[in-house]
Amino acid sequence: MREVSIVGIGHTVFGNLSDFDLVDVMGFASGNALDDAGIREEREIIEQVFVANMGGGILNHQTGIASSLVSRMDMEPAMAELIENGPASGASAVKMGYMAIASGMVDVVMVTGGELMRTVTGWEGTDFVASLLHPEAEYNYGLTLPAYGGMFTRMYMERYGLTERDLGLVAVKDHQNGEKNPYAHVRVPCTIDAIHDNENAHVINNYIAEPLRMYGMCPVSDGAASLILCANDSPKMKYFTKEKPILISGIGSATDTHCVHNRKDPLILDAVRLAAERAYAMAELKPADISFAELHDAFVILELAISEEIGFFPRGKAAEAVRNGVTAIDGAKPVNTSGGLKSKGHPVGATGVSQVFELVKQLREQGEEGRQVKNPKHGMAVNFGGFGNNVVAIICSKGEE
Amino acid sequence: MAIDKMEQSLRPPQLELKSFPSKIITLASGEEMIVREAKREEVGVILGTIQPLMGVQKDFYDIVASRMYAEVLGWYEYRVANEFVLVGVIKGEIAGIVNSRLADGKTGMSFHTMTIKRGLRIGAQLFAAKMEHHIDILGNDEVHIVAESPIGFKRWMIEYALEDRSDQYPLLRHELGGVPTFTLTRELWDRVKADKCTGFRPVPPEKLATALKLKMPSEYPQIPGFKRG
Repeated sequence: MREVSIVGIGHTVFGNLSDFDLVDVMGFASGNALDDAGIREEREIIEQVFVANMGGGILNHQTGIASSLVSRMDMEPAMAELIENGPASGASAVKMGYMAIASGMVDVVMVTGGELMRTVTGWEGTDFVASLLHPEAEYNYGLTLPAYGGMFTRMYMERYGLTERDLGLVAVKDHQNGEKNPYAHVRVPCTIDAIHDNENAHVINNYIAEPLRMYGMCPVSDGAASLILCANDSPKMKYFTKEKPILISGIGSATDTHCVHNRKDPLILDAVRLAAERAYAMAELKPADISFAELHDAFVILELAISEEIGFFPRGKAAEAVRNGVTAIDGAKPVNTSGGLKSKGHPVGATGVSQVFELVKQLREQGEEGRQVKNPKHGMAVNFGGFGNNVVAIICSKGEE
Repeated sequence: MAIDKMEQSLRPPQLELKSFPSKIITLASGEEMIVREAKREEVGVILGTIQPLMGVQKDFYDIVASRMYAEVLGWYEYRVANEFVLVGVIKGEIAGIVNSRLADGKTGMSFHTMTIKRGLRIGAQLFAAKMEHHIDILGNDEVHIVAESPIGFKRWMIEYALEDRSDQYPLLRHELGGVPTFTLTRELWDRVKADKCTGFRPVPPEKLATALKLKMPSEYPQIPGFKRG
């Protein structure tokens, strides 16, 4: 297969963007990516556009989003398709972009993910995301993703002795990073005293889906992110001289049972493990080789569980790593350097693209002061769809100096 | 100042309101916010805090700020009966303001909640303090509430599960206009307050002292690049 690199990145701020329409927001990120790649005036070289979005039809009453974005960006006649894979839509779109180039079909692809979720109430937003659950066996019983997050957390606590304080420490670490990320939705730090130890904490950090509290949950966000991909052997690579290309060295994805209750052990996230193993194999890397990671912490428990499943820590030991600062920005294995979904936000269709944006930013060593990993070589993103039933892992590498 | 007969005739009759005992809340950031009742002589700094937000359309700050400005000015000029204003103060700076009034001895009429420093649920805490004042301290049986922004609707109507009294229109009309009136009853408040309302009393004197001289915010996240002239 041909090698594929990321040659341009764009991002909007995550937060409340309800003054704009969905395609506007995607257009802002796409424009930023074109500028970053230095090809705004030469954008006709983009042959294929993949757009990641989960809920435009439901939340924004808007369909045909991929062709709309191409038109908005004045990029006709580029080919354009929408990729919907639940909250893993973003990384799936990156994967499709990679495949389109690696197969030899095209040389240059734009991948843009975006979502506008704050146009509806929190309840309606929760209901929308819950529509990815099994309609009869799960959704009809009132299950939601936060409810799954809460149940998963309780089971994990009982098995591994995780405490609510440990969950708070994950949030504190994520917010420390997010505070410095200009694109993050919630750019305020939090302290473990205020969200856990203090007598006020039960109100300041109230339960959402016990034992998960507000600071154990990602915010509901609007936003978009965009990437430009190009084949390393393409003559069109000559256009991309502004920044050093960042190699997509590994991609893996896997599925698991739709219903969580059909799994032998609900705490074992097979699709995460398999997706990561496939990405490692393709990149010819091991977990120890990964410098930092962006892990899908829609609920902070997932940061811990995913980090174990991808081989960073033994099962049940991720919290100990957090306590010891291993996953902090200056630790041995920084996790969620962007602030993660917890602090940066989670516009579902944008998230996977945004995770890869962060990999590229870190590998270019363009992180803001206090938010840059030292000497990164390889970064990994894990985008978690459903409750672990469709997961995409992507490894990006700096390449030779 | 002597009050002439004409001025006297313009002023509404006032109920004697108990004062709100100050409290201190540790926010998620670790910062401490003191919530206290504003004094009439502090109206200048409060209006100066509100005024820049009157031009911010996003999240309906413009309508909330404009109306709150008029309500606070009305309180100062004795044109609104039974009004009270609470401020949230962090390191001496105003971080949020709520105001309200009593329609009579049993009924509260919630006016506005304005958060200046965002992302720390300051508005939620100040709104809870306002309800605490109405029901626990002033002894109201219920408080009528409307929302003028989606944020307010999510925070109050949905999170408190307020009683929808819109079917009683026009018999029951919130003073802020024709938007549907919702109500917090004493029963509902007693059910939710442990999860919504917090803070410690008394505020240690040295901490209370930091909140006695109110300062206008030096920056507004709603107004990038804001510089106070």
